Amino acid sequence: MENIAKKKSVATTGRNNHKQTFLTRLKKDFNKNKGLYLLALPVLAYYLIFKYGPMFGVSIAFKDFTPGKGFIESNWVGLKHFKAFFTDYYFTRVIKNTLIISLGNLLFSFPAPIMLALLVNELKNRKYSRLVQTITYLPHFISTVVLCSMIIQLTMKEGAINQMISVFGFQPVTMLNQPKLFVPIYIISNIWQNTGWNSIIYLAALTAIDPELYTAAKIDGANRFRQLIHITLPGLLPTVIIMFILQIGKMFNVGHEKILLLYNELTYETAEVISTYVYKKGLLQFNWSYSAAVGLFNSIVSFALVYTTNRISKATNDTSLW
Amino acid sequence: MRARAMNNKIKDSAFERIFDVVNVILLIVVMLAILLPVLHILFASFSDPVEVMREKGFLLRPIGFTLDSYKSVAKNPNIISGYTNTLFIVAVGTVLNIFLTLLAAYVISRKDFMWATFITILIIITMYFDGGIIPFYLTVKTVKLDGSIWALIIPSAINTFNLIIMRTAMVCVPESMSESAKIDGAGHFRILFSIMVPLVKSTIAVLTLYYAVSHWNSWFNAMIFLRDRKLYPLQLILREILIQGDTTMMTAGSGEDIALIGETIKYATIVVATVPVLCVYPFLQRYFVKGVLIGAVKG
Repeated sequence: MENIAKKKSVATTGRNNHKQTFLTRLKKDFNKNKGLYLLALPVLAYYLIFKYGPMFGVSIAFKDFTPGKGFIESNWVGLKHFKAFFTDYYFTRVIKNTLIISLGNLLFSFPAPIMLALLVNELKNRKYSRLVQTITYLPHFISTVVLCSMIIQLTMKEGAINQMISVFGFQPVTMLNQPKLFVPIYIISNIWQNTGWNSIIYLAALTAIDPELYTAAKIDGANRFRQLIHITLPGLLPTVIIMFILQIGKMFNVGHEKILLLYNELTYETAEVISTYVYKKGLLQFNWSYSAAVGLFNSIVSFALVYTTNRISKATNDTSLW
Repeated sequence: MRARAMNNKIKDSAFERIFDVVNVILLIVVMLAILLPVLHILFASFSDPVEVMREKGFLLRPIGFTLDSYKSVAKNPNIISGYTNTLFIVAVGTVLNIFLTLLAAYVISRKDFMWATFITILIIITMYFDGGIIPFYLTVKTVKLDGSIWALIIPSAINTFNLIIMRTAMVCVPESMSESAKIDGAGHFRILFSIMVPLVKSTIAVLTLYYAVSHWNSWFNAMIFLRDRKLYPLQLILREILIQGDTTMMTAGSGEDIALIGETIKYATIVVATVPVLCVYPFLQRYFVKGVLIGAVKG
């Protein structure tokens, strides 16, 4: 009883003073929201351990980490691992490959869903348009492992693609062993898997365009092609810009999963990217600190890229992520 | 004047008809490009391996129909244990995902909670900065989860992007709903599970699908954290069979036959591992699409 009375008095004096101290506010909030504190506990624990844990674990990039000594005991070595990476024989190779794959994606995988959405949008028959959507979304649900094995099966020496082009007089080869074919295979399979799924967002943007604009254009005598140029494309532009910014931000993040499944010693020279290099150095060769440094370098460059592209886009046309 | 206008109109409508025809044809080509490789694998799995090798290009029907490859797949103990493990991970993992995502979204969407903004910022930061795979691996090792199937469940318990989607859904629920429950004396736990959950159930449906698919597809974490082959999820078993080409467990016989049937066994394995997802997908397509859209509005 006494306790409650005390708290009440604290609360009222707090309100009277207007400026409550942090502690009284905390006490008041705790009394009111006890349940929330309990609910927040597992969430905070998860974020602190599995998200902030690795973030502080990144400090090993500046140390000589050995599992025996642990995170804290290992010796500080400053920028040693970064310097080692910049002078690494493979430095230019992994950066170059990462950028080539990203540029390829930007040039070919990025416009594909926009074009698909435009085509689907022009369909008059709704049933047909539903069918096209269902079929083009389908590859998105094939797992990475299965997709890669499909690629391997289709591109191997005895595979369907080799048999098909052998009709035109090409020598059958195991395509995934050819360094110059790795990037095209990677990008074409990306297009195959993701074009339909990525078109969803553009289709949604297209349905959001005011239909009255089209009616007005028709009255003015604009044909479908001119409507496309003057109404549809401008209406789609903000979405395209946002997706473009996101894509640029990912320039340095070519995922490791698909490449790890597809590459081999013969194609390292064109297929090894930063993320697979981090994996190889850290988890296969146990250079923990070195590969953490490479990973950190990668995150910093990525973040700088997102930030800069976002600033540029904000300055030039008012479309931005945040 | 009028004649010219008429003329223009006719030209336009002719142009439009050609445009429509070309469009339909283009999209048929797109659909074929997607379906042919898929059908090739399906048909090859039912075919005689020797005939498949002789065929030029994509198969349009099974040749030399046989179920031998499926018989070999069914005999493989790894595929069965892989399936069991994956089903466990998908079921338990998704339940945990949804439970924690609900908790987190509820906590950060309470306007009268003193820490809501602070926790939101704490969470958003993790979308832009992360330690990378090496510190992540070492963290999981430090908390002694490596080697256990829980290493595939607990460290990926909340996807921040999905959490933001859930938060948006909860913010849209009128505050009066939870206020009146509070007056009736309901605690936060009650408000969350008997008032909020029914109101955001379509978002829960979408996120359940997203989490389930990501558990179903994931293999990398299993590869780096698991050592006991009995715990391997399906995708990791598939990687051994399909990518590293280990079909020896399933073939009996000798010489060239093994190599050949090995290939159709791979096709059959692909089919067995993919058909469940592809059969469910058309019925749930609507929810998946919805998920992309809510995500896009927020993201």
